[in-house]
Amino acid sequence: MSNIKKLTSKRLFLPIFCMILVMMVNIVYDVANGNFALNFFTISIRNGVLYGRLIDVLNRGSEVAILAIGMTLVVSASAGTDISVGSVMSLSACMCCMLLAGYGVSSTNDLAVPLIVGILGGLAIACVCGTFNGFLVAYLGVQPMVATLILYSAARAIGLLLCNNLIVYVRNDAYKIFGSYLGFIPTPIVIAAICILIMALLLKFTALGLYVQSVGINKKASRIAGLNSSRIILICYIICGLCAGIAGIVSSSRIYSADSNNIGLNYEMDAILAVALGGNSLGGGKFSLAGSIIGAYTIQAITTTMYAMGVSTSVAPVFKAIIVIIIVAIQAPPFREYLRKRSVQRATVAKGVH
Amino acid sequence: MENNVVLTMRGISMTFPGVKALDNVDFTLRKGEIHALMGENGAGKSTLIKCLTGINAFEAGEIHVDGIDGAVVNHSTLDAQKKGISTVYQEVNLCPNLSVAENLFIGREPVTRFGAIDWKTMVKKSQKIVNDLDMKVDVTQNLEEYSLAMQQMIAIARAVDMDCKVLILDEPTSSLDDNEVEKLFGLMRRLRDQGVGIIFVTHFLEQVYAVCDRITVLRNGQLVGEYPIAELPRVKLVAAMMGKDFDDLAAIKTDETKDFTNAPIEIEAKGLSHAGTIKPFDLVIHKGEVVGLTGLLGSGRSELARVIYGADKAQTGTLKVNGKEAKINAPIDAMQLGMGLLPDDRKAEGIIEDLSIRENIILALQAKRGMFRLLSMSEQNRIADEYIKVLQVKTPSRETLIKQLSGGNQQKVILGRWLATNPDFLILDEPTRGIDVGTKTEIQKLVLQLAEEGKSIIFISSEIEEMLRTCSKMEVLRDGAKVGEITENLTQENVMKAIAGGGSNE
Repeated sequence: MSNIKKLTSKRLFLPIFCMILVMMVNIVYDVANGNFALNFFTISIRNGVLYGRLIDVLNRGSEVAILAIGMTLVVSASAGTDISVGSVMSLSACMCCMLLAGYGVSSTNDLAVPLIVGILGGLAIACVCGTFNGFLVAYLGVQPMVATLILYSAARAIGLLLCNNLIVYVRNDAYKIFGSYLGFIPTPIVIAAICILIMALLLKFTALGLYVQSVGINKKASRIAGLNSSRIILICYIICGLCAGIAGIVSSSRIYSADSNNIGLNYEMDAILAVALGGNSLGGGKFSLAGSIIGAYTIQAITTTMYAMGVSTSVAPVFKAIIVIIIVAIQAPPFREYLRKRSVQRATVAKGVH
Repeated sequence: MENNVVLTMRGISMTFPGVKALDNVDFTLRKGEIHALMGENGAGKSTLIKCLTGINAFEAGEIHVDGIDGAVVNHSTLDAQKKGISTVYQEVNLCPNLSVAENLFIGREPVTRFGAIDWKTMVKKSQKIVNDLDMKVDVTQNLEEYSLAMQQMIAIARAVDMDCKVLILDEPTSSLDDNEVEKLFGLMRRLRDQGVGIIFVTHFLEQVYAVCDRITVLRNGQLVGEYPIAELPRVKLVAAMMGKDFDDLAAIKTDETKDFTNAPIEIEAKGLSHAGTIKPFDLVIHKGEVVGLTGLLGSGRSELARVIYGADKAQTGTLKVNGKEAKINAPIDAMQLGMGLLPDDRKAEGIIEDLSIRENIILALQAKRGMFRLLSMSEQNRIADEYIKVLQVKTPSRETLIKQLSGGNQQKVILGRWLATNPDFLILDEPTRGIDVGTKTEIQKLVLQLAEEGKSIIFISSEIEEMLRTCSKMEVLRDGAKVGEITENLTQENVMKAIAGGGSNE
């Protein structure tokens, strides 16, 4: 009993529990349908690349996982969410493709500028967006939701302007690589892994984590203790913007085009959800990067599972919503309090105290 | 009930979680008097007023109002207004974009036969109200056209017109200048002559003596006493508010004070100020000196220290640290110059509640080193353990969250945070508040020991004895200005006289 208690009190217990829950559903479904029980986990090599449902989850979940990195910092430091990340993804993709194809060109096979220029251009404009958001929140004291609402609606349109109202195709193998395969591994998985690794190292070897949490918990006290609270919040928003930029380029490379209206659509919600599923309080303060990352892949696992079960794309969000409600409710303090009380009651009954 | 009494409160008690906010307090208000309710912050003034106006529910006691049979219990401010008790607060609670007449009659507009607002009657009545009170106001103008003082007086006029027998003025003068205050006093006197009983809450001593007839003093939720103004000179008022019996203040012997005039100067401030909190002041602190800032709460003693540290940015003046001119824009600048500030509001500005003791201790040192020079975990553990041991923090482990500690232990952790930065100049604002006696003595000893090591210290405390024991000179503050400096004859009596200030009532 005490061992179970110790386990459940761990921060990462619930995110991992949710992940396992989704996997269990897969196993049960497969068994019920007479398939191999561990279908979900089976990884094979087809056409020279990795194949399997697990690989698909990791691959398709890359963008949300990358977004979740930045969103975690933003939520922790400013007790608010950046709802512009989906639009910023689109803008960064448009910037990148526009540079690579040249302004006004709708389709190209050859790059107009070196690949690196396009990529850096896309990431740069994403950082500018992050800086803009961060400035509004940290220095002008605008509510995060309201501040980021501006780019939520504007960034997509700016992207469209950059592309001269066209869907710009960059049918170049060098550009396609970010959304396809690096050897036999899907490149998005590698990119997400690198991003996560860099952030993990930053948190381990610099005081960033301490600063961000400290500012998120008590801005005033942090200032007295010598932290530049506003600058730290700004940095978090810039990192969040950068993450959106990377995710945008991955997303666009998958379809080797900049489809302004569809890239990153509703991704901000998944990113916020990933943070919440990771057991992080949306009220700011302490955070767990690992939790958010697990949360991001859990969301993708839910989606992939539903497609595997043959739920149609149009109604999938309904089931997703139901699952999310259950998972979030399990994590809610009142529910946990209720469970605790019940277990105490049972314990007293068991002891024979009436 | 006596003939001329409009309000009596008897044996009022009320508890906030963990604190006895009011303990058996009596209060009597007579017709046609201005009655000052005095006490330091947390003495229970506001709580008493809130019990009267129905914002807080009291647990024991009775309230009687003239003309109403039986005990009165208000459940809301509206309830209280119906019984003739009106309150005007520091901030004007009226609508600036409506006319004066509308503001006077909001919620009780005269209506015509058809139920529409009778504008003519409203304007006529309004004009009569302000004329009767000798206020030069055009009631059809918007409220925002008038000065803050006039707005406040209009708020009072509104309260008085609603058949008010008891008028409560809660810090009404805080945002007014001297001229406006005088006008407000004129109005108060006129109302008094009309027979209204006025309760005046303020922390300005001068104003009490300028306008009041009687004073009731509270301390720590208890009644100290009720005095006619003539029988309570300023010094005695201060003594009553602070809880020192003036007659017993036989000079406490002070140790011979060290002479610091030849010691090197650590801090030299000239004309530093911050609008609204502290007027320009000069201050010199030598190496190894413990300087006390004294004054009533709200006198600007914390604010003075905050300006030096850059917690509130200095708007005028210059600051020299170690003889070199220093530009301090934010606390981190002050820290780089070897300063530290232990703030008085531990919860709001001290602890990072969800972080561990270790993280709370190393925070300032880490901030000083910068983001990219993270202290290694073994280093962090060593520092945390060192200060947990030195300051005897009672905790199961260094990874315990600071919010789980008692107030005194939290304070020690924050003290440890600053000691870890090895400061040359440390500002301690109420370091012993809410701490048991044993720990208090330890902290006082620590202060003297730090001074011995050559560190300069500003020590702020509400307890004068504590400051007498540790400080070698005291700066006296009143109403946001430094008004004096005591370097010799540091006795409780002298300090309290200085806090109370001069004036005809001495």
